Amino acid sequence: MGEHNIRNFTINFGPQHPAAHGVLRLVLELDGEVVERVDPHIGLLHRGTEKLIEYKTYVQANPYFDRLDYVAPMSQEHAYCLAIEKLLGIQVPRRAQLIRVLFLEISRLLSHLLNVTTQAMDVGALTPPLWGFEEREKLMIFYERVSGSRMHANYFRPGGVSMDIQPELIDDIEAFCDPFLQVLDDLDTLVIGNRIFKQRNVDIGTITLDDCFRWGFSGPLVRSCGVAWDLRKSQPYECYEEMEFDIPVGRNGDNYDRQVIRMEEMRQSVRIMRQCIAKLRAPDGQGPVTTLDGKVAPPSRKDMKRSMEALIHHFKLFTEGFHVPAGEVYAAVEAPKGEFGVYLVSDGTNKAYRCRIRAPGFAHMQGMDFMCRGHMLADVAGVLGSLDIVFGEVDR
Amino acid sequence: MSAELQALSDHIASSLGEAVVDRAIAFDELTIVARREEIVQVVTFLRDDPQCRFVCFIDICGADYPAREERFDVVYHFLAPHHNRRIRVKVMTDEATPVPSLVGLFPAANWYEREAYDLYGILFSGHPDLRRILTDYGFEGHPLRKDFPMTGYVEVRYDDGQGRVVYEPVKLSQEFRNFDFLSPWEGTDYVLPGDEKAKA
Repeated sequence: MGEHNIRNFTINFGPQHPAAHGVLRLVLELDGEVVERVDPHIGLLHRGTEKLIEYKTYVQANPYFDRLDYVAPMSQEHAYCLAIEKLLGIQVPRRAQLIRVLFLEISRLLSHLLNVTTQAMDVGALTPPLWGFEEREKLMIFYERVSGSRMHANYFRPGGVSMDIQPELIDDIEAFCDPFLQVLDDLDTLVIGNRIFKQRNVDIGTITLDDCFRWGFSGPLVRSCGVAWDLRKSQPYECYEEMEFDIPVGRNGDNYDRQVIRMEEMRQSVRIMRQCIAKLRAPDGQGPVTTLDGKVAPPSRKDMKRSMEALIHHFKLFTEGFHVPAGEVYAAVEAPKGEFGVYLVSDGTNKAYRCRIRAPGFAHMQGMDFMCRGHMLADVAGVLGSLDIVFGEVDR
Repeated sequence: MSAELQALSDHIASSLGEAVVDRAIAFDELTIVARREEIVQVVTFLRDDPQCRFVCFIDICGADYPAREERFDVVYHFLAPHHNRRIRVKVMTDEATPVPSLVGLFPAANWYEREAYDLYGILFSGHPDLRRILTDYGFEGHPLRKDFPMTGYVEVRYDDGQGRVVYEPVKLSQEFRNFDFLSPWEGTDYVLPGDEKAKA
């Protein structure tokens, strides 16, 4: 036998691939079926969000945040609103905080439902996504009923939320909770307990806590390494301080742990939603849903008919917009996918001077290379799925 | 919170000496402006010092201030999970001077520095693979610079005759509408002739 000329094999994964969760091109270098190197080529969905924001007033820029992680839109809006509120130094009324938390948890359900079930699809099961999407549909109807839009809600505004929530909607969200827990239990047996799902995910894509810190990972990836790091607990915002919930943690830092964590986080989200509903019905949960500072939040339609000042405020807010004092802040929230941050630089005018969007998916995507090395080609899709990538936020 | 941050800020400034040019606490956030050449030493100290322990990488981004002599800011964010604190470190640079890369300390810096290079044209020395990341293959210019027009220079369409996507100079059927709504009553500081004498 002569010496064979062995060389690595390079293949192109994507840009159009059902397991790529969007538009991703991976250049994979393979030795047989073993992955030697992964070079993700991102940016196929780059829309220049950060540039566009610099040309819009603060309120006009809000809808761009829905279009980042379009699986859980309100979490992104929230980080942006928090940054503006920090610069303006305004307080959000309690009822608005409760509504925000309620819908943030609905967003978390939306994101985790999609991720856990499509992860099952990535490793070969077709039924779970159908179950997950059925529930997502119900949640998106809640989105529509509160904001008028199923996905790109533009519901959170600096100073509060755009509209009050109807009592019937609160009842319907409460009625959703119990059957949903049953669905979660069914999903648990269908996906998490499944033999093939375990074979494909246990001990795949293992990371350590040290890796997480060095690579800038956050969210379920950090928690899968056994650390209860959750910004909702450690750096609480809104009224998360008074909510009772647990942070599920993993032990092995592998794909399987991350999905189990996401399943448990959904149960905790339902727990938070229930508390929000109870608090929204209580007497101290009533009141305005947006700040009463007329220089920031637009007046109600009713006031505009009677008050000259309200009319002027409305006109000024929807032409010029409000001015934000000069300064720079970083506001971070625990989005379903990890730490979503907004670094906002204001120069004192009605438009942001610089709005940096720190998306968790960008850091996670970068970790693909070291997480996939030494794994089989078929595991690439599994690792990608467990990272919970959405290209809207990676490419911005 | 503020006193704690002040103590940390003093500790960092006294330990690093000349490398810290400026420091400030605003909105309960600590910002440190470091000397560009010593950014690696500064970040190593912040990561390893037991009082700092900013071990968790968060973000690197650029910012453009064309009026300044060194027009770019490189803004680093770090997190200390053990102390539950955040810090922002800034360095300044211009189009030609590279900033030492942090890839050796935090592998995550790789893509973030590529992004800053792509969108602002900020150069990083010691970076293993400084190529574009978000923009198109063969893109020219750095789109997040303030002097880059928002509408860009080229647009693409699929050409049936050639059977591929072609690039053309951007043609707008309607001008990009960018109204100046800034109120003249608040925006300008009018000084009536002669008024300055009253203050003197």
